Amino acid sequence: MTLASALKPAAGAVTAPVLTVEGLTVSVRSEGRLRPLVQDLSFTLNRGETLAIAGESGSGKSITSLAILGLLPPNVSVTAGRVALGDTELTALPESRLRAIRGDRIAMIFQEPMTSLNPVMTVGTQLVEAIRAHTPVSRSEARTRALDALRAVRLSQPDRRLTQYPHELSGGMRQRVMIAMALALRPEVLIADEPTTALDVTVQREVLDLLRDLQREMGTAIILITHDMGVVAEMADRVIVMRHGARVEEATTPDLFARPQADYTRDLLAAVPRMGQGAHRPPVTAAPVARLSDVVVRFPIRGGLLGQVTHNVHAVEHVSFDIRRGETFALVGESGCGKSTIAKALVGLVPHAGGIEIAGQPTDSLDAAGRKALCRRVQMVFQDPMAALDPRCRVGDLISEPLLIHGLGSAPERRARAQDLMARVGLSADQADRYPHEFSGGQRQRICIARALALQPDLIIADESVSALDVSVQARVLDLLRALQQEFGVAFLFISHDMAVVENISDRVGVMYLGQIVEMGTRAQVFGNPRHPYTQRLIAAVPVPDPLHVPPPRPRLASEVPSPVHPAGSGPARVRLVDCGDGHLVAEAQAPSLSSSRP
Amino acid sequence: MAAYLLRRLMVSALILLGVSFITFFLLYVLPADPVRQIAGRSATAETVENIRRELGLDRPFIVQYGHYLAGLVQGDLGRSYLQKTQVAELIASRLPATLLLMLGAISAELLIGLTFGIVAALKRGTILDQTLMMTSFVTVSAPQFVVSLLLLYVFAVKLGWFPIGGYGTPAHLVLPALTLGILGSGWYSRMMRSSMIDVLRADFIRTARAKGLTRARVVLGHALPNAILPVIAMIGIDIGIFMGGIVVVESVFGWPGIGQLAWQAIQRVDIPIIMGVTLVSAVAIVLGNLLADLVAPFIDPRIKLK
Repeated sequence: MTLASALKPAAGAVTAPVLTVEGLTVSVRSEGRLRPLVQDLSFTLNRGETLAIAGESGSGKSITSLAILGLLPPNVSVTAGRVALGDTELTALPESRLRAIRGDRIAMIFQEPMTSLNPVMTVGTQLVEAIRAHTPVSRSEARTRALDALRAVRLSQPDRRLTQYPHELSGGMRQRVMIAMALALRPEVLIADEPTTALDVTVQREVLDLLRDLQREMGTAIILITHDMGVVAEMADRVIVMRHGARVEEATTPDLFARPQADYTRDLLAAVPRMGQGAHRPPVTAAPVARLSDVVVRFPIRGGLLGQVTHNVHAVEHVSFDIRRGETFALVGESGCGKSTIAKALVGLVPHAGGIEIAGQPTDSLDAAGRKALCRRVQMVFQDPMAALDPRCRVGDLISEPLLIHGLGSAPERRARAQDLMARVGLSADQADRYPHEFSGGQRQRICIARALALQPDLIIADESVSALDVSVQARVLDLLRALQQEFGVAFLFISHDMAVVENISDRVGVMYLGQIVEMGTRAQVFGNPRHPYTQRLIAAVPVPDPLHVPPPRPRLASEVPSPVHPAGSGPARVRLVDCGDGHLVAEAQAPSLSSSRP
Repeated sequence: MAAYLLRRLMVSALILLGVSFITFFLLYVLPADPVRQIAGRSATAETVENIRRELGLDRPFIVQYGHYLAGLVQGDLGRSYLQKTQVAELIASRLPATLLLMLGAISAELLIGLTFGIVAALKRGTILDQTLMMTSFVTVSAPQFVVSLLLLYVFAVKLGWFPIGGYGTPAHLVLPALTLGILGSGWYSRMMRSSMIDVLRADFIRTARAKGLTRARVVLGHALPNAILPVIAMIGIDIGIFMGGIVVVESVFGWPGIGQLAWQAIQRVDIPIIMGVTLVSAVAIVLGNLLADLVAPFIDPRIKLK
């Protein structure tokens, strides 16, 4: 039994369902034909219950939620079935009646807190407007209610938040505002579409806790749409697993995890990265391929009449580590901690201070030709494979382009090499003449990996390379990376916010916080015996894909990471790492930069 | 903010200096001789040379320009060769008419352009959308004298709703303002349409709809303020295009503004007036752009003036 269901009064056992979906079919009209996106979906939602709709991209889970609210895109429509809220048939209602229900009886929160709030309106205006759309109250009365709602989502300084604009708030704070807006009118049903996917893991933890607490207070029924089985296990009473627009399986959460019936569910659960599953590998002792010593990256902020530097963004502060041949070194940390900036500094895309050596050669002393040669040794694989591939190039050309740039081989040789690489990453060589849009997300990432391998680099920087992929695809890409490492002896700098993935793939790990490494060691040291409070918090925040897991008690506080911006001439206190045995480096206790907060 | 303003004004002064130099230079190398215009056909060579010396036009270019610049920093735009009046006075007496026309034209432009753009975006892909965009294409490509004569013929000559020309009552303003408004509206409707289509796809529009807001509130309250930003920047640029447009329109409608003044001065090679009108236009363009940049942060709080 989940914590949520244990604390809840026997939900839905006696009352009629608050929401009924029967035989719902949603189709998109393209080229004059109807193509179903959701097929014959039926479920009920009981008062105070959390129903998770889980599935990978393209499973139709988000379309289902939009269909319930009548917010489908113009060329998409409900072609069969019914949706009923209590006794009200939603699918039969005219737009004006449906509008009265939206936001009042059914509310919704979305995945992207960054873009889901109107950037040119204050938080207060948006909240007040939502309240006044459904209740005939005065502006000041609505404002009082808005304040209450902001307090309910535990936002600090609610008075001030009302006058602020969305861009002045962090992602976690914005999602709290979204929740406050959705719950201000105490709706019967809350549809949460991937509410924490875009958030950092510790922020996700806070938002999930908040949703659960508010549900308990208000008795709202929640439809939780997610791809994350960890979130499902923690939050849901029941689960519907969807695939290709159809229901694969429906069960109570404990049943689904303990006894999955459908093959797809079993595969899905098996593919979920779990902490503590990483295979033990012997430590890598080879010579380093990359060595960073005291690397500092700062971005100046200019102001004043003459545009002089007034502040600096301290993106990376005195970071030192090395990556050995054939090793996977992972950098973990939350957004803005500087992990991607380190990657950029490594390939010379941002100016840095301090020393970076690639294969024993300092990069600072290189001329243009030397830099180009260095590029052969270090290659990158990015997060979004669609954005990383030129849509107008054939994939064969994309993969062989690095060879062309460096003047290696003749045209037929390059083509043969591209086909060979495609085969190595699990694509067929005859797909070389196709374009990127003809491939799936996972296949595109394989193309990116093949391209990175073309020059036989010593080091591949994988910057959130599997974060955008569905779990089943993610698992296969991780397997591929491991196999390629065995085969080519290439080292990986693996940058990720996903603790479970890092735990599965890495040999050594560095934990970053506000531009500095606060803990570094082998995977066993960092994950088995985390010493730094921040590492402990990160690990504890990861949702565990096991409904029987009882999370440790933790304080429910909204905390914000302090700003990395400092006035020119000052900076954060330098974190000193001390060895606490066998090369396990931990920041000295009570480093001031961690205890100080934003002024 | 004060630092920003100061820096922008400094840059503006440099721009005006550049404009004055280029215009002065072009007028200097122009094959037309202003002295011949003043002296008339029958004047003797001696008279011509006397006038030339009197006006300082016999001196080298750089001396002439330096002399003009020295006057300019004291606010002296020189004297008209033919009308023998101070250029500053001439412009000051005609500027209110031009500003009034500009205000009327920009209002008409925005009213027509934004309405067309918003409606087209909301009815995207329909016959209405295509008709509006076709119309905007026609207005963008139509020559000014064609539109102004057409409006004159229909509304002044045939229907007699508005006076044929002149200045004084609000009715006099309608046709010239409408001419300029129609001509400029095409740009605005096209820009507004694409900007609006982008914004209507945004996540926060979906949020606004999920809150149960009315369609009018979603479009006017949420989408419009986000979509209008590029239009604001465009108004700043548009003042430049506008300054070119008034020369023809003021002449057709007999509108006593600086466009008409410039037209007469060009015909008679009255250099001080041409210089003065050019500089006043440049100031208007610079100020218009500055104003557009200053307004932007009030519409989008994410924009910081640096």
